[in-house]
Amino acid sequence: MKLTKTLLLTGAASMLALSANAQDSGSGISDDTIKIGLIADMSGPYSALDGAGSEAAIRMAIEEMGGEIDGKKITLQTADHQSKADIGSNIARQWADQDNIDLILGGANSGVGIALQEITSEKGVAYINNGGATNALTNENCAPETGLHWTYDTDALANGTAVAMVKEGNQSWFFITADYTFGHNLKNTAANAVQENGGEVVGEVSAPFPTQDFSSFLLQAQGSGAQVVGLANAGTDTQNAVKQAQEFGLTQAGQKLASLLLFITDVDALGLDAAQGLTLTTGFYWDQDDKAREWSAKYEERTGAKPSMVQAGMYSSALNYLKAVKEAGTDDAKKVVAQLKTMPIEDAFARNGKVRADGLMEHDMFLAQVKTPEESSGKWDYYNIIRTIPGADAFQSIEDGKCEAAKTAMAEGGASGASGTESTSGQAQ
Amino acid sequence: MDFLGVPFPVFAGQLLIGLINGAFYAVLSLGLALIFGLLNIVNFAHGALYMVGAFVAFLLLDVLGIGYWPALVLSPIIVGVFGMAIERFLLRPIADLDHLYGLLLTFGLALLIEGLFRQVYGVSGETYAIPAALQGGFNLGFMFLPTYRAWVIVAAVVVCGATWFLIEQTRLGATMRAAVENADLVRAFGVNVPLLVTLTYGLGVALAAFAGVLAAPIYSVNPLMGSNIIIVVFAIVVIGGLGSIKGAILSGFLLGIAEGVTRVYYPEASNIIIFVVMAVVLIVRPAGLFGKTA
Repeated sequence: MKLTKTLLLTGAASMLALSANAQDSGSGISDDTIKIGLIADMSGPYSALDGAGSEAAIRMAIEEMGGEIDGKKITLQTADHQSKADIGSNIARQWADQDNIDLILGGANSGVGIALQEITSEKGVAYINNGGATNALTNENCAPETGLHWTYDTDALANGTAVAMVKEGNQSWFFITADYTFGHNLKNTAANAVQENGGEVVGEVSAPFPTQDFSSFLLQAQGSGAQVVGLANAGTDTQNAVKQAQEFGLTQAGQKLASLLLFITDVDALGLDAAQGLTLTTGFYWDQDDKAREWSAKYEERTGAKPSMVQAGMYSSALNYLKAVKEAGTDDAKKVVAQLKTMPIEDAFARNGKVRADGLMEHDMFLAQVKTPEESSGKWDYYNIIRTIPGADAFQSIEDGKCEAAKTAMAEGGASGASGTESTSGQAQ
Repeated sequence: MDFLGVPFPVFAGQLLIGLINGAFYAVLSLGLALIFGLLNIVNFAHGALYMVGAFVAFLLLDVLGIGYWPALVLSPIIVGVFGMAIERFLLRPIADLDHLYGLLLTFGLALLIEGLFRQVYGVSGETYAIPAALQGGFNLGFMFLPTYRAWVIVAAVVVCGATWFLIEQTRLGATMRAAVENADLVRAFGVNVPLLVTLTYGLGVALAAFAGVLAAPIYSVNPLMGSNIIIVVFAIVVIGGLGSIKGAILSGFLLGIAEGVTRVYYPEASNIIIFVVMAVVLIVRPAGLFGKTA
């Protein structure tokens, strides 16, 4: 089954590559410059896990390529979207129209991410999202010819944690949900995963966003008698909820907390005393293996902190984009994206990665547990990796998704793609 | 046993939590009401100074190793002195202008202070541990009451009571109120009115810092913590009656409870209930619950 899926995917990818080559006659590097733009949260609630660190990570990728590709210079420009979709959209439009930008990275906010993907698709600019969680980017709002989704999505985050915890015997769940699209998206995916694996959802409460004091909601969770309290929120909301859950004795009384989206920067802010024992799913952990450690050490030298999964994802997406530009010999968005879909994605960040027909970069995710203060050897030594979740299990399949363009491409590519599969994948390796 | 369709233990628990949150509201709105009532300044920097109070406590511990209990006194003093400097050098020169200028100035100050802390500490926040003596909690049967939260209620009631007593029952308080009514006359009696104004602003700011220290172990010490709470506190002051000390304290506690009850019945509305109450109060009693109708 899994084999057929891979065959189909590679088939689809090769078809896309072929059609892209056939359509476009113009090639080469526009303006003799490869222009990358980062539209990130530079000052708001997600700036610690994105922001300046993302910029540094992308610069590392550019330097790794030697700052140029075949004599054409690579440049990077940055802007702050201030978590507002209209501001992000204006910057993207301006960059596309006036600066002739080739790649836009960023959008660590689901609303901004969807807006950026729409504009880049319309303008024919390549777009890679890191940090925006919503799975709409590769479902109803997909733009598979230009828009990619790299680090994680709500499916991978919620599925990993929920399935793992239900299988360990934690059957009954209570959700505290951030009352906006992202929170409900995350909660629904997790609730489905719980129910499909034989668990039950005994209650839910929607907390306004943002909330400082979670004690009322925690008390309701306590009263429900659920084994697991699932937190479908992020950032400061998650931090406050975790801290107060400990204060109100939830965890001491035997209830378990599951944070459906937790960043290493959150754990750092909470401290291990409060965060210990949390189960989470992450796309990257600096200490996951040698390659990650080596790169993260360089990153830390530069920024003074270990990278979050979003920052590592920024590095990975910029690096692979540039490799694809070099391989394809052009910075034409559709051609580079088609090229990316034929390449295995394997670097300091991604394990067993590949770009799917719907624009999702499927890669291994990690189920992790936050260490106790005794287990930790010091700052940033925060996670025990419990197991690796293969990409195909972590992310929703294209068949189950809502990206019609990708489904059509697969159906068309299915027949003819099957024969060409072996040679294509051979080339790609 | 059910109470209005909700099991009584749940209801009682939410009531208690509402009271705890009300304690924060009371201390903050008291400081704000004090400054407005006696100085006629709409102090928009109040939230930022509350945040600074929490950060001073954090820094005292992190840099100098000074713990929670001394910080509870030191932080309000340090931030209070800072507040007095603001009054002396920034607010006094514009004291004769329209209130709007004071509002704009303090609003700008709030943005500046917040931006500065954001620049240095980022936005993900810092942790401040609950002091050892206040860890753990009591099982009340209907809920688990953390010791620290119980302490917050006690501390808030004591501080609010003491401030009310100072303003309403002592000679110093009487002089302060007299200075508001007729500054020239009070000055004629040989009272240093400008100093009195500076001290009052310092006291209001110290109250904000005190609330900040109280909040530090519960919430993450975060540069944005002030802007999250300031609007709510303003609404509470309006509900209590602008400038009314008693009104600020009582409506602080009452609205905390109203918020808690809303979380049982319709959690999605819990962050707007205060504004709904404000709208209703303004329609029915434009001067606020405890305000004097002019």
